[in-house]
Amino acid sequence: MRSHSVRAELGEADEAQLQHLVAAEQQKAQFTAQVHHFMELCWDKCVEKPGNHLDSCTENCLSSCVDHFIDTTLAITSWFAQIVQKGGQ
Amino acid sequence: MEGGFGSDFGGSGSGKLDPGLIMEQVKVQIAVANAQELLQRMTDKCFRKCIGKPGGSLDNSEQKCIAMCMDRYMDAWNTVSRAYNSRLQRERANM
Repeated sequence: MRSHSVRAELGEADEAQLQHLVAAEQQKAQFTAQVHHFMELCWDKCVEKPGNHLDSCTENCLSSCVDHFIDTTLAITSWFAQIVQKGGQ
Repeated sequence: MEGGFGSDFGGSGSGKLDPGLIMEQVKVQIAVANAQELLQRMTDKCFRKCIGKPGGSLDNSEQKCIAMCMDRYMDAWNTVSRAYNSRLQRERANM
């Protein structure tokens, strides 16, 4: 493996572009990580024995599972925000 | 900095780095990490679904189950991915 001197430079415009591109990839990676997490929870809830295809019942279950998880997250977040507002007693 | 697979970061020898080539490296590394994650989780889930009391070796029904499980896991992945994407778009529309 070759190594490069750490002094190799990016022009200012290149650096800004790179930051932008990296931020975009980070966002995509976050999306993927979240899908992994949903799969962790929703597969067990929705899929019985794996068959030749996913039936519509299972597909609906998976979609609903995602929605319900997000609803749960929002509910807990707003509950917590209220607790914090009340001074955390 | 060194590239993940023994390649360089697109330095042209003049000391200037190319964001395009850097991003290619970054994307490959992210893709590899994601594939590893996917396989690990798929293996875990399909083992749980398909393997009962572990016997001497994987019998025919267990092998069939695992093969179907892998395909269903990918189908489920796509369904979940679409559902999440739709929800995000709905939330953005409501902002």
